[in-house]
Amino acid sequence: MLWAVATILFLMFRLMPTNPLAAYIDPTFTEEQQQLLMAKFGLDRPLWEQYFIYLKNLLQGELGDSFFYRQPVGERVMELLPNTLVLTFSSLIIAYVFGIIVGAWLAWKRDSVAERAAIPLVLTTRAMPEFWLGMLLLAVFSFTLGWFPAGGTRSPGSEYDGYLALYTSRDFLAHLVLPAMTLAIYSQGLPLLLMRSNMLEVMNEDFVTMARIKGLSNWTVVVRHAARNALLPVMTSFAIAVGYQIQGNVVVETVFSWPGLGRELVNAVSASDYPLAQGAFLMIAVVVVLMNLLADLLYSLLDPRISHA
Amino acid sequence: MHSDSASAEPIRGGSVLRWIRRIHLPLDDPFAIAGLLIYAVFILVAVFADQLATHDPLEILFTQDYQLAADLRPGEDGFVLGTTSLGRDIYSQLVYGSRSALLIGITAAFMVAVIGTVVGLLAGYFRGWTDIVLMRAADIAFGIPFLPFVIVLAAFLEPSIWNVVFAMALILWRDTGRVIRSQVLTLRTRAYIDAARVSGSSDLKIVFRHIAPNILPLSFLYGSIAIGWAILTEAAISFLGFGDPETISWGYMLQDAYASQALSTGGYYWFVPPGICIVLVVVAGFFISRGYEEILFPKLKE
Repeated sequence: MLWAVATILFLMFRLMPTNPLAAYIDPTFTEEQQQLLMAKFGLDRPLWEQYFIYLKNLLQGELGDSFFYRQPVGERVMELLPNTLVLTFSSLIIAYVFGIIVGAWLAWKRDSVAERAAIPLVLTTRAMPEFWLGMLLLAVFSFTLGWFPAGGTRSPGSEYDGYLALYTSRDFLAHLVLPAMTLAIYSQGLPLLLMRSNMLEVMNEDFVTMARIKGLSNWTVVVRHAARNALLPVMTSFAIAVGYQIQGNVVVETVFSWPGLGRELVNAVSASDYPLAQGAFLMIAVVVVLMNLLADLLYSLLDPRISHA
Repeated sequence: MHSDSASAEPIRGGSVLRWIRRIHLPLDDPFAIAGLLIYAVFILVAVFADQLATHDPLEILFTQDYQLAADLRPGEDGFVLGTTSLGRDIYSQLVYGSRSALLIGITAAFMVAVIGTVVGLLAGYFRGWTDIVLMRAADIAFGIPFLPFVIVLAAFLEPSIWNVVFAMALILWRDTGRVIRSQVLTLRTRAYIDAARVSGSSDLKIVFRHIAPNILPLSFLYGSIAIGWAILTEAAISFLGFGDPETISWGYMLQDAYASQALSTGGYYWFVPPGICIVLVVVAGFFISRGYEEILFPKLKE
């Protein structure tokens, strides 16, 4: 699976019309110097040989050096990954807690005015371009009201030793609020709608009717009996949402100048820094594939009925 | 005699009409109607953009006293929605933006629906190797992060709005293909398919004559979702600076506003309207697809 993605990536980067060394080669270079450079990077060898070298390097975790930073790509990508993961998980946790509670509540209040108004509203949040939502929040809460900083992960001049110190600092959390809210507003729709439809389904099942007949209170029936069962598919969707969010992060990280994988990918592509772009892309693909796999696993693990079918 | 000619002659027109009726426009759902109305308005705006726009969207304008008409507020000097920091008319850009949005949305949706439907039909009907190969390809497509893929593709190819359509055709058929395949798998076991086979229909005839019409609403469901996806993707790509600078789109307007510091100068009139247009068109697609879902899966209505 990852091999297929890596192969497509290789073909994409090699067969494109632009010279992969465009960023490296100065127009004043002579033909000979260019050939020398090509040989240094192994670009003069036949395509299939390049391909095998590429695969071999990948297996050893070797992603090449960034043209721009003159630093191994693997190192650079690993530096940025935590920032992306913190942003992704904090926003998704907010989105899921909110979505699950509100989704269950909407199912309970079936056919009320609130429910009727809520569904189109939720659909509207899913129709917003994430970066536009980010721009709105940025304009209102950062530039007009001045409540939150406008971008980055820390104030200029501040230094922290290690990720933990940074991530637990007040400064970092203030920077995190707006991008995390942007992503959370966008992604709460999925758990919310899923939770609601699962609840509606579960509420019609016999064991819920049974619980009602037993005379349990409405609250106990809804929360202890129905919600617990409706929760399973929502939890498995979390893994898929992580994979999906990692891709969507690209634009939001750019709006908020968040130093993560997505923004790095955009910058690297614009600067023709191919090894770095390739590395960032591959890292994102790894997360997507792993999360799809995890979702499949969770699905059969949490609900044993699936594997019997 | 009379009845003979009626049943024999209008086969062509009849079958076209029947296919149109197969699409089942969801006309009994208020949201779906709202969605269709929003589409109708945007299509009209796109068609009559030349008449509706007050200025050339890319022309740098000047006020009557020969000053650059830059950063004008809405209503100032007759610019309905104000001007950009380069002195371009925001309202006219908005009007022309509907053209690229609809062009991209409709072609991308068409590609996604057609490719997905054909893949699903072939995989579901023929099973065996065809199925294995096509569904493996779908698995791989699911493993490719879509937006990063479009970014890389758009960066390597000439800047053009068609990059988004091309990328969607390459990747996003996966969802449609999978759903339609499973639908075909259940359809092919129906008695009327057996009847067609026994009476000597070829495989192709069974697929396209007997199975395809039944999954058409499903294709349209995924097509109407893909319209929104295409517009959102194009907006993101333009925003990241990989769009075509010669074509006015809503994403281009947002990128222009963001890059020109409109956020910090309170230029809400600049970056709010394009976003609202995107939301309206995309949400219209969602409403219509919900209408379809209720036709396709009536249990939801209970």
